[in-house]
Amino acid sequence: MRSVFITLAAAGILALSSLAQAGTLQDVRKNGFLKCGTHIENPGFSALDANGQRIGFDVDFCRAVAAAINVPEVKYTPLTSKERLPALQSGEIDLLSRTTTYTMSRDANMGLDFTNITLYDGQGLMVRKSSGITSARQLDGATVCLQTGSTTELNVADYFRRNGMNYTPVVFDKQPDVRAAYDAGRCDVHTTDVSGLAAQRSLMKNPEEHVILPELISKEPLGPVVRHGDNQWGDIVRWTVWLTMAAEEYGVTAENADKLFAESPDPEIQRMLGKTGTLWQDLGLDAGAPVRVLKLVGNYGQIFGRNLGPGTPVNLPRGYNEQWTKGGLIYAPPFR
Amino acid sequence: MAVDIPDRLPPATSVGVLGWVRRNLLCPWYNALLSAATAFLIAKAAAPFWNWAVTNATITLDPAVAKRHTGAAWGFIREMWPVFMTGIYPAEERWRPLLALCAVLAVAGLTCVRRLRGAGWLRALWLTTPVLVFACIRGGGITGLPEVGTHYWGGLMLTLLLSVVAMVAAFPVSVLLALGRTSDMPVARPFCVAYIELVRGVPLITILFMASVVLPLFLPSDLDLDKVLRAMAGITMFFSAYLAENIRGGLQGLSRGQYEAADALGMGYWTKMRVVILPQALRIVIPPMVNNFIGILKDTSLVGIVGLVDLLQVAFATTSNPKWFGRLAEAYTFIAFWYWVLCYGLSGCSRYLERRIPSAGK
Repeated sequence: MRSVFITLAAAGILALSSLAQAGTLQDVRKNGFLKCGTHIENPGFSALDANGQRIGFDVDFCRAVAAAINVPEVKYTPLTSKERLPALQSGEIDLLSRTTTYTMSRDANMGLDFTNITLYDGQGLMVRKSSGITSARQLDGATVCLQTGSTTELNVADYFRRNGMNYTPVVFDKQPDVRAAYDAGRCDVHTTDVSGLAAQRSLMKNPEEHVILPELISKEPLGPVVRHGDNQWGDIVRWTVWLTMAAEEYGVTAENADKLFAESPDPEIQRMLGKTGTLWQDLGLDAGAPVRVLKLVGNYGQIFGRNLGPGTPVNLPRGYNEQWTKGGLIYAPPFR
Repeated sequence: MAVDIPDRLPPATSVGVLGWVRRNLLCPWYNALLSAATAFLIAKAAAPFWNWAVTNATITLDPAVAKRHTGAAWGFIREMWPVFMTGIYPAEERWRPLLALCAVLAVAGLTCVRRLRGAGWLRALWLTTPVLVFACIRGGGITGLPEVGTHYWGGLMLTLLLSVVAMVAAFPVSVLLALGRTSDMPVARPFCVAYIELVRGVPLITILFMASVVLPLFLPSDLDLDKVLRAMAGITMFFSAYLAENIRGGLQGLSRGQYEAADALGMGYWTKMRVVILPQALRIVIPPMVNNFIGILKDTSLVGIVGLVDLLQVAFATTSNPKWFGRLAEAYTFIAFWYWVLCYGLSGCSRYLERRIPSAGK
């Protein structure tokens, strides 16, 4: 009798405590919307369209995760770079998708878990074509225009010291000011992340007079971030992103997802799209999740092309963000 | 016999526009020189802007066509202006803020009719308007409209709501603070002094940041305090301290005789304040108060730091749109226009009140 009572009490306490810290998935389902932290504005990553809807590369991964869970709505919280990590820790958002660089200190100290790397970015350098410079190693003595208060400044300092070169920094608070100063000829070099450099170049008076040097002077692996400790939630985000990556590898697009679901004889595609096996159910989702995601946002290549690819102001070459089969780093584990 | 001289108009050069120009700009000769020099400078400065904004500008909705012109691409504003007005508010529900705005303007228009002023039903209308506006914009509940949470409020609408709420809410708080600070109550006075000095000693941006980032860390995670509400509370808190000091100035500007006369009539504290002191004190401080209100209106643009998409943030977010990428100059011009209209409107109200209430200007 006594032992039964103790068992019941223990079960009760367990039930209570699991209620108190219900998983993020349950919270999102209960609320009916996903709270996603993103940029207020960053060309290609987050912006507003004429209907007041958010669009962009980071935004698409929020939409993908919401589609996977099958909640109808994403609530975007625009965050500054100082605000983004506390917002995730305090539970104000469920998912942070805001060009956040994967670093060891953030992973170790901040109570955060990085999920995937959705974009291999890096700091790049832009110079005038007329200067004849073709490599960053020729930049000894250059004047460098850059934005203050970010890792940009530190990366430049590291790079020049490592290579035994001198430079004069000219710092500004805002990206448009950096651009204007460089465009007016106040410095020889304009530097920021490569994903931003082409966009900045498109706003110059004569975009074709400038060239982005081949070297990246830093590694900026960007990706969605979740709170530490909710492993199921982390897995959902991770596999939703990998789904878009694998879909590109296997040739599944927004347009043919339904058709391939019905007809594809490939067992890997069948498992990935939830036709056979219980992979998605095991994750806490339903078998319809993968097709929903792909029909909404398309595969990784489509997301990239729509927001960052040629024809957009960002105009970023695939580079490292090409599929591993084509020499890039985009690699999804097997759906098995 | 007197000759009947027909009435003649005064010479064209001494009345009307020409007369005004002659009197004020051209006589004596050195004024004419100064006028010419100033006109030249203004023209020199305005010409590039005119070229950009009018001569070389386009209004096409096609960004590719706009790109071929060197001037402003007003097509960007033409396509995006609803977003500037309401931010991320759902496009198909945009008629609701518009309806709310029309309702407020209608009530304000009725108030301007002199005959109706002071009518009881008009006062009741004013008291119910905020509730109606809130219900109309937010929806849900008994209204039968789809709910649009404060999360989706943005653009000019959010700027207006934040500043109007802050103005209306800060006013009574600041009157109480000012009364508390000028009273000799042993607890209330130090409290009011401490509040005013503490809040005035902290930048608004810090208060907003505290309210939106630090506060949720202390509160239980399931208590979801509304972000807009937190910003409203922060701004109200901040400006009530400033307004309180303005009102204290008014209280001290009254002569001692007013207080003593009220005491001599046997009035209690609240009657004295309500009937004698505050009506006079508040009239004196209309200009500095409106000054503060204009400050509130412009300082609401700081809410961008806590992730609210107000008029200024819409300018940033829409210019990151690939379609109209980098059209910041157009966006800035457009929102500058709106801020100017609102601030000028407020100072116009202030001038009107000063004219209507004789002692206000003294």
